[in-house]
Amino acid sequence: MTSSAMATARAASVSAAANDPLTNVQLKYRSQAVAKPYFVAAIGLFVGQILFGLIMGLQYVIGDFLFPEIPFNVARMVHTNLLIVWLLFGFMGAGYFLIPEESERELHSPKLAIITFWVFLVAGALTIVGYLAVPYATLAKITGNDLLPTMGREFLEQPTITKIGIVLVALSFLFNLSMTVLKGRKTSISMVMMLGLWGLAIFFLFSFYNPDNLVLDKYFWWWVVHLWVEGVWELIMGAMLAFVLVKVTGIDREIIEKWLYVIIAMTLISGIIGTGHHYFWIGAPAYWQVWGSVFSALEPIPFFMMTLFAFNVVNKRRREHPNKAAVLWALGTGVMAFLGAGVWGFLHTLAPVNYLTHGTQITASHGHMAFYGAYAMVVMTMISYTMPLMRGREANSNAAQVVEMWSFWLMTVAMVFITLFLTAAGILQVWMQRMGDTPLSFMATQDKIAFFYWLRELSGVVFFIGLLLYIVSFFIRGNERASA
Amino acid sequence: MNTAAPGLAAPPRVPGDLAMWFFILAELAVFGIFFAVYGVARQRDAALFAAGQAQLLLWPALLNTLLLIAGSATVAAAVRAFAANLVATGRRYLLATLLLGGGFVLLKGWEFATKFAAGITLSSNDFWMFYLSLTFFHFLHVILGLVIVAAVFVHARRGAYDAANHDGVETAAAYWHMVDLVWVVLFALVYVAR
Repeated sequence: MTSSAMATARAASVSAAANDPLTNVQLKYRSQAVAKPYFVAAIGLFVGQILFGLIMGLQYVIGDFLFPEIPFNVARMVHTNLLIVWLLFGFMGAGYFLIPEESERELHSPKLAIITFWVFLVAGALTIVGYLAVPYATLAKITGNDLLPTMGREFLEQPTITKIGIVLVALSFLFNLSMTVLKGRKTSISMVMMLGLWGLAIFFLFSFYNPDNLVLDKYFWWWVVHLWVEGVWELIMGAMLAFVLVKVTGIDREIIEKWLYVIIAMTLISGIIGTGHHYFWIGAPAYWQVWGSVFSALEPIPFFMMTLFAFNVVNKRRREHPNKAAVLWALGTGVMAFLGAGVWGFLHTLAPVNYLTHGTQITASHGHMAFYGAYAMVVMTMISYTMPLMRGREANSNAAQVVEMWSFWLMTVAMVFITLFLTAAGILQVWMQRMGDTPLSFMATQDKIAFFYWLRELSGVVFFIGLLLYIVSFFIRGNERASA
Repeated sequence: MNTAAPGLAAPPRVPGDLAMWFFILAELAVFGIFFAVYGVARQRDAALFAAGQAQLLLWPALLNTLLLIAGSATVAAAVRAFAANLVATGRRYLLATLLLGGGFVLLKGWEFATKFAAGITLSSNDFWMFYLSLTFFHFLHVILGLVIVAAVFVHARRGAYDAANHDGVETAAAYWHMVDLVWVVLFALVYVAR
C-alpha cells in the first residue's frame, strides 16, 4: 500500500469513527449527539420558512400568485409557524448539547430525547400539512377546536391537539434536562438556560385560554408572544451565547457569569413591564401608555450589553479556536440582535410614535431583523459551534468555513436590506395613510409602496441563496481540520 | 479611608460588586426617564397637577425623607464599622437601617391606604397616575433594598464580614443610597415643587 493510499484509508476510518458517537473524541458526553437530528430538522424547517416567505413576498405585489392553492393568510401562517417551530427545534438541540456539558454528566435519557424529537417533528409536519391541505375553519372543526377553542390567533394558530402535543414534548424535554441538571454540576449558564426553557413552557400555557373579551384575549396572547421573545427567550439566547463564548474564547467563567446575571436582570426589569408597549389603544387602561413607553424604552439595554459582552470576551480571548465561523456568528448575533430587537424595536415603542406606526410595515421591519438577529442567528451560532464537534472534528475545514462565512454575510446583509426596504415602505405607509390631509385607503397605499415590496422580495431571494450556501457548507470536506 | 502610602495610590476600584453598579445605573435610567415624562406631562397640564399636589400631605413625605436619609447614614456607618473590624457595631448599624426603612414602608403604606380609601386609582387622572406609578415603583425599590440589607444582616450575624472582606455590605449600601437618592428627587418633584 502506498503512503497516500494508507493516508486515505486512515482518513476514511477516522471519519467513519468520527460520525459514531461511541468513538467521537470531540464530544465530552456521548448523549450530546442527540442534538444533531434537532439541528438538522431546524435547518430543514428554516428552508420551508424562507420558501413561504418568498411566496408571500410575491403575493404582496402579485395578489393572486398561487391563489387559490396557497392564499396569503395561509402562506403567512406557515411562514411564521415554521419560524417558531424551527427555533424551538434549535433551542431544544441547544439544550440537549449544552446541559450535559455544563452538568458534566450524560443526559438523563437520550432515548427519550430521540422519541421526543420524532413526536415533535411528526406533529409539526402534520400541522403544516393541515394548514396547506384544508381550509383553516375545516382544520378547526376536524381537530375538535369546539371542545377547547384555542385557534385563530396570530402565531398561535396551531390546532388544540398540536398545542397539547407541544406541551407534552416540552414536558418530556424539561424533565430530561432538569434531571440531568439536578444530578450534575450547576452553573450559571445552565441555570439561566433552564429558567428560560421552563419559562418558555409555562408562558405557552396562556395560549390555552381564549377569552371572549377582545382586550383580555390580547392580554393573554401577549403573555405568550411578548413574554417569550422579550423575556424568557432572551435568557435562552444569553445562555447559548455565553456557552459558545466560554468555549471559543477560553475566558474565565466568572467574568462571563457576571455579565450574564446583569443582562438577565436588565432583560426582566425592562421586558416584563415593557409588555405594556403592546397595550396601547387596544382597550387597556391609559396608564399603560406611560408604563409601556418608559420600560420598553430600556429594552435595548440588555441587547446592547450582550453586544458589548460578545466583543469584550472575544477581544480578551485566551485561545484561538479553529472554528472561526462560530465566532463570527456569535459576534453577528450580538450586533444584529441589538439593531433588530433593540434599535428597530425602540423606533416605534414610544406611545406617541406608535400612535402612528401601530400595525404598519414598521412593525414588519422590526419583526424580521429582530427574529433573525436575535434568535435565528443564536441558533446558527450554536449549530456552527456544535455540528463539527458532533461530526468528530473541532472545526470544519477552511474551505467549509469560508462558504459558511459567505452564507453568514449573504443572509445578514440581505436581512439588513429587507429591514431597510420595509422601513421605507412603513414610513411612506404612515405618511400616505395616516398623516396627510387627504389620507389614502389601505389598499391604495399598498399600491403606491409596491416598489419597496419588489426590492424586499429581491433581498429575500439573496437571503435564500445565502441559506442554500449555508446548507452546502455542511457538505464541503477539504482538510479535516482548519489551521488554527 | 485610604491606607495606601502617599504616592502609591491603590488602583481605582468601585465599592461593592461591579454588577450592582450596572444594576443601579439601569435603575437610575428607568427613574430618570419616568421623571422626564412626568415633567413633560406636568408642563402640559399644570393646573391639574397643581390641584393634585395640593391634596398631598407634606409632613409624612418629609418624615419619610428623613427616615431614608438616616438609613443612608446608618448603612454608611455600617460599612465604616466593618472596615474598622468593629463587626458588632456594624451589625447594629445594619439593624438600624432596617428599622428606619421599615418606618418608611409603614408610613408610605398608610399614605397609600388613605389615597385608595379616597377612591384614587391609576385611572383617576394623569396626576394620580404619575403619583401612584412613581411612588409605588419607588416603594417596591425600598422593599427590595430592605431585602438586600436584611440578607447582608443575616450574613453578618453568621460572621461573614470583617475588615478584609465586606464587599457584600458595600454592595447593599450602594443600592440603599440609590433608593435614597431617587426618593430625594421624587420628593422634590412630586411633593414640593408647585
